[in-house]
Amino acid sequence: MATSSSVDAPELRGRLHRKKSIILVLICTILGAAAQLLLKLGSADVDTSSLWLTAWSMATSVSLIGGLGLYGLSTVLFIYALRNEELSLLYPVISLTYIWVTIASVIFLGETISWWKIAGVAVIVGGVAYLGKGNGQQNLAGSPMVAESEGVQTK
Amino acid sequence: MSATMSSILLVLLASFVGSFGAVLLKSGSMRASGTPLSMILNPRVIAGCVTYVLSSVFFILAVRQGELSFLYPMIALGYVWTMLWSKLVFGEPFTKNKFVGIGLILVGVALLNLGRK
Repeated sequence: MATSSSVDAPELRGRLHRKKSIILVLICTILGAAAQLLLKLGSADVDTSSLWLTAWSMATSVSLIGGLGLYGLSTVLFIYALRNEELSLLYPVISLTYIWVTIASVIFLGETISWWKIAGVAVIVGGVAYLGKGNGQQNLAGSPMVAESEGVQTK
Repeated sequence: MSATMSSILLVLLASFVGSFGAVLLKSGSMRASGTPLSMILNPRVIAGCVTYVLSSVFFILAVRQGELSFLYPMIALGYVWTMLWSKLVFGEPFTKNKFVGIGLILVGVALLNLGRK
């Protein structure tokens, strides 16, 4: 066990911040996936026979209101997490939402899974994770490890 | 059935409209003084939130006639638009990694559509 004297305070704080941000974003992905599930379930409540009925049926659907509420909450939490942490670290985590939605669609909605879907989602997840990497390098030119070690004091 | 053609077009519309939401939020948050109240009351932030709701309305109409596991991943196309607006509005540079990310997203969406029934 490391004694407190061997770890300086900013380093420890940096690590705790990072852990907290990652857990926060992980919660965002679960809330985000639950939101999509509710939006899909609530979409059955929508009556498109007229513009007025479409708006009314959307505004009064409990599932849709719940879905939008969760989506909003997940977005606010994500923005909050972004304030303290590099995009390059959080984008790979946020891209997990696509995996949760695929799994939830099969389990809760009885949708079929195919190799096309698995391949498509896997490539999209990789793409979203890569986008964050591009953003991290924008501020910290050079290796992605710079973003990883940012905030951690080296001796 | 994975999805109808109209639901695919609605998802594309949702991702396109949603990308403006991100631009409005970013632009609003840059103008706001930084306190939570100044953020919430900023007209651009409010417009950004309205844009997100509008994008959600198109998404809800889309998933009515299609599989969530097929349509939701296509929302990632919004990143393509967002990267374009980031360059045009905020002057954020295109980087090699951004191109790789966008390329992978486009390939992923193409794979999904190749498997469409």
